[in-house]
Amino acid sequence: MSTPKDNVTQSITKVIAASSLGTLIEWYDFYIFGSLAVIIGHQLFPSDAGASALINTLAIFAAGFIVRPFGALVFGRLGDLIGRKYTFLLTLVLMGGSTFLIGLIPSYSSIGYAAPILVLILRLVQGLALGGEYGGAATYVAEHAPAGKRGFFTSWIQTTATLGLFLSLGVIVATKNILGAPAFADWGWRIPFLLSILLVGVSIYIRMKMHESPVFSKLKAEGKISANPLKESFQKKANFKMVLLALFGATMGQGVIWYTGQFYAQSFLENTCKLDFNESRYILLWAILFATPFFVIFGSWSDKVGRKWIMLSGMLFGIIFYRPIYQYFIDATDVGEFQKTELKSSSAPVVTREFLAEKADSLITTTTVKTLNNGSTFKEIKAVTLHADETLPPTEKISFADVTLPNSTFWIIVALVFFQVLLVTMVYGPIAAFLVELFPTQIRYTSMSLPYHIGNGVFGGLVPFIATLVASFQGSTPLSGLWYPIGIASLSFVIGAVYINNKGDRDVTD
Amino acid sequence: MNTLKRILGVVWIILGPTIILFLFMQAAEKIAAAAVGIARTNTTLQWSIIIIIFIPICAGLMIFGYYGLKGEYDRLPGNSDEL
Repeated sequence: MSTPKDNVTQSITKVIAASSLGTLIEWYDFYIFGSLAVIIGHQLFPSDAGASALINTLAIFAAGFIVRPFGALVFGRLGDLIGRKYTFLLTLVLMGGSTFLIGLIPSYSSIGYAAPILVLILRLVQGLALGGEYGGAATYVAEHAPAGKRGFFTSWIQTTATLGLFLSLGVIVATKNILGAPAFADWGWRIPFLLSILLVGVSIYIRMKMHESPVFSKLKAEGKISANPLKESFQKKANFKMVLLALFGATMGQGVIWYTGQFYAQSFLENTCKLDFNESRYILLWAILFATPFFVIFGSWSDKVGRKWIMLSGMLFGIIFYRPIYQYFIDATDVGEFQKTELKSSSAPVVTREFLAEKADSLITTTTVKTLNNGSTFKEIKAVTLHADETLPPTEKISFADVTLPNSTFWIIVALVFFQVLLVTMVYGPIAAFLVELFPTQIRYTSMSLPYHIGNGVFGGLVPFIATLVASFQGSTPLSGLWYPIGIASLSFVIGAVYINNKGDRDVTD
Repeated sequence: MNTLKRILGVVWIILGPTIILFLFMQAAEKIAAAAVGIARTNTTLQWSIIIIIFIPICAGLMIFGYYGLKGEYDRLPGNSDEL
């Protein structure tokens, strides 16, 4: 026989499942575009580097950085006016619909510039929908959760961004393996987009059966709904100062820790350390797999010890350990060191000769795949330039690519990336509960969505761009790009430590 | 702690315009360094978007500093009725 306590638990479980599934699908939809960007570029964009480059820039920058905060404002306002349930249903429909439609866009060879323009429009709708989704899901779950377990219950929503990345990679890899690479590049890439409509359909069906948040329903019944949530959130000093505190003391630092741990680490291993494409992804996948449960562990722990110091500790460990970790990545993947180990085998060299028209020089490239006794493999590329001016001696340059690591080094690097994702779980696990508790019910959806999406979308999303920029400065080293996340996390840590209370207002019914 | 909050308020007020100035200088340098043509237009577009985004954020940091300096964060609200 079920007790009232069992019913409450069952009810909150359904709330979490319905909310998390929809949010996970939204992240899936958002990520498959990024994962398939190269193929989409070939199929839907012209091959010249002219207008397509501008449209690409707009698609990447506008969707990621401008439209997300704007979506937070538009849908946050709606959520505070008409309710959480219908608003995050709307964001789901918009996201799923636009993803499905991207899968249907005819190629550039069929409809010309209409193809990239349609991609841009649909990508903007995706960004808008994502900006509205998260705040709704977090608010909806938090307003159902009992006071002492809000961190634990909302942490399930926090796992969805990481799991959405997993799902997108999984569907893409499975589709590619089933169809084969040529068919996937030709038309199979559309399947992950089209599949979204099924996932969204299921999620809409589940969400339709859910009730409105009890806290919002009570407010509505009492006629206390805000008449103008945007004005109350950002023009009323008492609330606006909390929006600023949430942004600079928490979400700004959380955004850079999130993107450094889950994107920059993989990009650094692939581009700076020259690891093989699959090797760098396997490292990230293992790390994420081991670390994901910690979203829930830290979310739950924050119910007992407070949110502030868990989040700030994640930032502090990042500030302290990023540089030694990335230095180890460089040292451990140094092919020059590997070669002190005995050579096991070497492939036949592949030689290509290229004429450099602008200088009338010749470039001879010799590529050899080497396998060492310690289990590592790498591609050695020797490039010799023969100058047209015969008085100049030939210049030789050796570089390495597609490095695979010895087994022990591979797992040490997995552990170090795991540590970075663990920091992500520390800053990200408790943050939904922290934001929800910071604002009153009338304007909660609006007030929490904006700092979250500026922190994540702008500060976090710009990690690759700004890190690359810093690394281009004169006298910079491969580690210089880390100064951006370290600097932002330090600023956020100081503001959070000085200005935020550990024990905030835990009552979300007011 | 309240004194520290107020002193740091001045730091945030100064930091806001400093960041904007730094971004403008970087934008000018990178745009000038880009090859004339579509590459320069693209770099200009990227930097314009970044500067447009960061100006209101830096203005927010200055307002945050001003609130800190004025003692608005000396005591945070204990419940939503105080907001």
